[in-house]
Amino acid sequence: MHRRTLLSTIGAAVAAGTLPKAWATTVGVTATEIKIGHTIPYSGPASAYGVIGQGHTAFFKMLNENGGIAGRKINFISLDDGYLPPKTVEQVRRLVEQDQVAFLFNTLGTPNNTAIQKYVNQKKVPHLFLATGADKWGNYKEFPWTIGWQPSYRTEAQIYAKYITLNHPNAKIAVLYQNDDFGKDYLIGLKDALGADYGKLVVKEASYEVTDATIDSQAVSFQASGADVLVTAATPKFAAQTIRKVYDLGWKPLHFMTNVSASVGAVITPAGPEKAVGVITSQYAKDPTEPTWKDDPGMNEWRGFMKKYLPDADLSDSGYVFSYGVCNTLLQVLKQCGDDFSRENIMKQATNLKDLEIPTLLPGIKVNTSPTNYHPIRQMQLAKWNGKTWELFGSVIEGAGT
Amino acid sequence: MRNGVSRAAPWAFLIAAAVLPLLLASDYQLFQLTMVVVYAVAILGLNLVTGFNGQISLGHGAFYAVGAYVTAIMMDKWDAPYWATLPVSAAICAGVGFLLGLPALRLGGLYLALTTFALAVATPQLLKYKLVEDWTGGVQGIVITKPDAPFGLPFNADQWLYLFSLTVATVLFLLAANLVRGRIGRAMMATRDHALAAEAMGIDIALLKTRTFAVSAMFTGIAGSLGAIAIQFVAPDSFSVFLSITLFVGLVVGGVASIAGPVFGALFIEFVPNIADQVSKAAPGAVYGVILIAFMFLMPSGLAGFLRGLLRKAVRSIRPATPSRSTEG
Amino acid sequence: MNGLLHQLVSGIASGGIYASVALALVMIYQATHHVNFAQGEMAMFSTYIALTLIEAGVPYWGAFVITVAVSFVIGAAIQRVLMNPMANAPVLASVGIFIGLLLMFNSVAGWLFTYTLKPFPSPFGEGPPLFGGFVSRHELGSTIVTLIVLLTVWAFFRFTRLGLAMRAAAFNPVSSRLVGIPVGSMLALGWGLAAAIGAVAGMMIAPVVFLDPNMMSGVLLYAFAGALLGGITNPLGAVVGGFMVGVIENIGGAYIVGTELKLTLALVIIVVVLVVRPAGLFGKTVVNRV
Repeated sequence: MHRRTLLSTIGAAVAAGTLPKAWATTVGVTATEIKIGHTIPYSGPASAYGVIGQGHTAFFKMLNENGGIAGRKINFISLDDGYLPPKTVEQVRRLVEQDQVAFLFNTLGTPNNTAIQKYVNQKKVPHLFLATGADKWGNYKEFPWTIGWQPSYRTEAQIYAKYITLNHPNAKIAVLYQNDDFGKDYLIGLKDALGADYGKLVVKEASYEVTDATIDSQAVSFQASGADVLVTAATPKFAAQTIRKVYDLGWKPLHFMTNVSASVGAVITPAGPEKAVGVITSQYAKDPTEPTWKDDPGMNEWRGFMKKYLPDADLSDSGYVFSYGVCNTLLQVLKQCGDDFSRENIMKQATNLKDLEIPTLLPGIKVNTSPTNYHPIRQMQLAKWNGKTWELFGSVIEGAGT
Repeated sequence: MRNGVSRAAPWAFLIAAAVLPLLLASDYQLFQLTMVVVYAVAILGLNLVTGFNGQISLGHGAFYAVGAYVTAIMMDKWDAPYWATLPVSAAICAGVGFLLGLPALRLGGLYLALTTFALAVATPQLLKYKLVEDWTGGVQGIVITKPDAPFGLPFNADQWLYLFSLTVATVLFLLAANLVRGRIGRAMMATRDHALAAEAMGIDIALLKTRTFAVSAMFTGIAGSLGAIAIQFVAPDSFSVFLSITLFVGLVVGGVASIAGPVFGALFIEFVPNIADQVSKAAPGAVYGVILIAFMFLMPSGLAGFLRGLLRKAVRSIRPATPSRSTEG
Repeated sequence: MNGLLHQLVSGIASGGIYASVALALVMIYQATHHVNFAQGEMAMFSTYIALTLIEAGVPYWGAFVITVAVSFVIGAAIQRVLMNPMANAPVLASVGIFIGLLLMFNSVAGWLFTYTLKPFPSPFGEGPPLFGGFVSRHELGSTIVTLIVLLTVWAFFRFTRLGLAMRAAAFNPVSSRLVGIPVGSMLALGWGLAAAIGAVAGMMIAPVVFLDPNMMSGVLLYAFAGALLGGITNPLGAVVGGFMVGVIENIGGAYIVGTELKLTLALVIIVVVLVVRPAGLFGKTVVNRV
């Protein structure tokens, strides 16, 4: 197997050497290699995301061991930006100008990607499948080289708002949000869907800072406000605290939890599975700790990959599942490229994905892009925690997006 | 002779710093060097108040943020030319620094350090606050455009920005050097070393301290402006408490109470994180921490202090017979 | 009204968190005249040690004692290996080392124990909340633990020769050495005790906020604020200061300025207090050496 791979690689190299092709001038692509650039916080306060970068690195290692793409090995250059936008600018300039990568892939963070978006579009470098849920990555008119991946936070909030107006028209809503772009996108999404009723339905908004110790004070205010619905846009630590505090207060709102913090291993288990009963979230990917997917072929494929390439990794961390999903999306793009790895063609293929199924996404959720649709995943499904597992209900919902 | 060399050396260094990168460095490396210049100015500002005046500030990232936002808002809202934002930013930061220096008068040592530290922590949330959101762009920040070289000069944007920043930095370094060598500088250091005695000598400590704070904030604020132009983006996340800590690290690594120290410190904070990243993806923070500790361990008075010590030793070994001279200091 | 009472109680609960870390800061300040910025991260690391022991089957209090002991050794070792050779270095160099330690402990914890949030058991049982639903068992229990630690620290500095010697060693190393106090050992002891107190704080905090490598990054600032508000030379003051910061922050966030500015409000209040009383509410004015 290995020897044959090697031979075929050499074969491709020889063939390439004899063909003075256009892609010889394509940046970041040679006859034997495709260079891909990536930034993520391996250090600093957001280093929890570093596992995604480790997942990517392992994925491309697997890909290379299996022969690479069109006879080329992937040279994946992943750099630390500490979640600091100025550092992201520096690292991306290094990737584009010094390392001369063919394209950027899954760079992480909303402010970080905002900082580089203009630059990469001026340079016409494909900026593929960003690791952020902001809605603005779908702006194909102004930024044709930038495309997102996961469903946007805003879409998700719209889904919750629609569910509330349909099932609880007289709800009194409280919103807990992190005071940054992530949290505020949920406010925007709720406003989108509730429209003029927002002021009437939402009785209390409260933010928290990532530097806060607890959200107890906010939870107490919510209860006092008489709200009967709670929408929580919080990162795992504060989400787990919210679930527990709401329970401890004896307050029983209809609780919507952001998809970011729906992980069984990282949120529900620490908070206490019995305390989260009735919490609603929406999902697009399978949860690695979810018993439903114990024998799922897609998740088994992922587990097999993890066992071989990241044997020491924490399997309950959904970052690895995210990584596997987005890498598989990229794999499809590279396959579709055929032998033309020009930046134009990479972008063209990235925006021409048709009903792509990814092993780690929920059944029925497919990746679709087009030159006028830069939201690859726009479907989600509601799920309710029943004490043991996330029970999917309703049908797959298509978000509006922009 | 020695005086002649030591006078000429900085100028030779400066000319080399201006010309060589333009000839040799890529645009990306020029960008990195621009950031080194920016950080050097920021650390110089911090050095004035902490190094020369002995008031420990762990919150200079806040002034850096104010400078950056002044520039970004002026360029974004009023299409102000980038160079015109610098004086405004300098004035505003000096004002803010002066005001914050007032309580600092009462707060000595540790208390000042922790109050400024808290200021650094609060900076991002102040920038996001809804009353100023229309100006600061809230959580989304502001994207600005990088300037091109004026008058048809044959430089690209990165080259021009490097030269521009280097020029501003040179002016500021000269100002700082003159300041600390002169009467005010001696008063600053006297206050640091022996406040009571300084007062007895007729120094108005309150005025001196608040003014030092203002000048220091002005320097760091100008650095923030230059940084914003180079990065072309400001957002609350760019100015977290880590920025203040990073500047402080640059100060102690480079050398406290030294004019050249901030340059070393800036090189450290710009390049060492990249080295740490190359060493380990699993725990780059640990690598950076170890390098930092090793530096402090080997050179407790910073790189500048270390080099000064080496130079002193070298001079002594060359001319062992010469009695120790009083030109140092 | 009920809401206000609730806010007050939850403010006291978070105040307890700040107070427990503030105590560790007072300890290290009394013993070395430094404030260790890595104190929070060291406490977080100790808590992971405790969790590892508990997961390995050691009963809670056994793990508690072992963790406190191990933390003491780590703290003392850091002083011996890192800080002792720096005794004559400028004070800012020590701050550089503290920052280095902070980065190191944080990063190593993430590497060894992952960044996934972990629940940490409470020794006081789950059970329903007490006093009509206001206070959880853990909040009550951990407050009592904080008070016990406070009493011990206060008594230690006040009544034991060792405590007096430690204060002397920090206050005036040269004279202390002359009267026969082993200054180096005193400093190491101070570091060890501060690390041990930090470990207790970490184990009391983790059940409330959940354990992850960034558990202490926010708490530390509030603890500093509490220590300064109360006076960093006075253990009782630091604890009271910690509770006050918790209450100010909660009431201010809920009723006065909104949650977005509660940290800023707490900061402004502290600055005002310090401007009026530079040594904190209960602190002794430190007379500068002339």
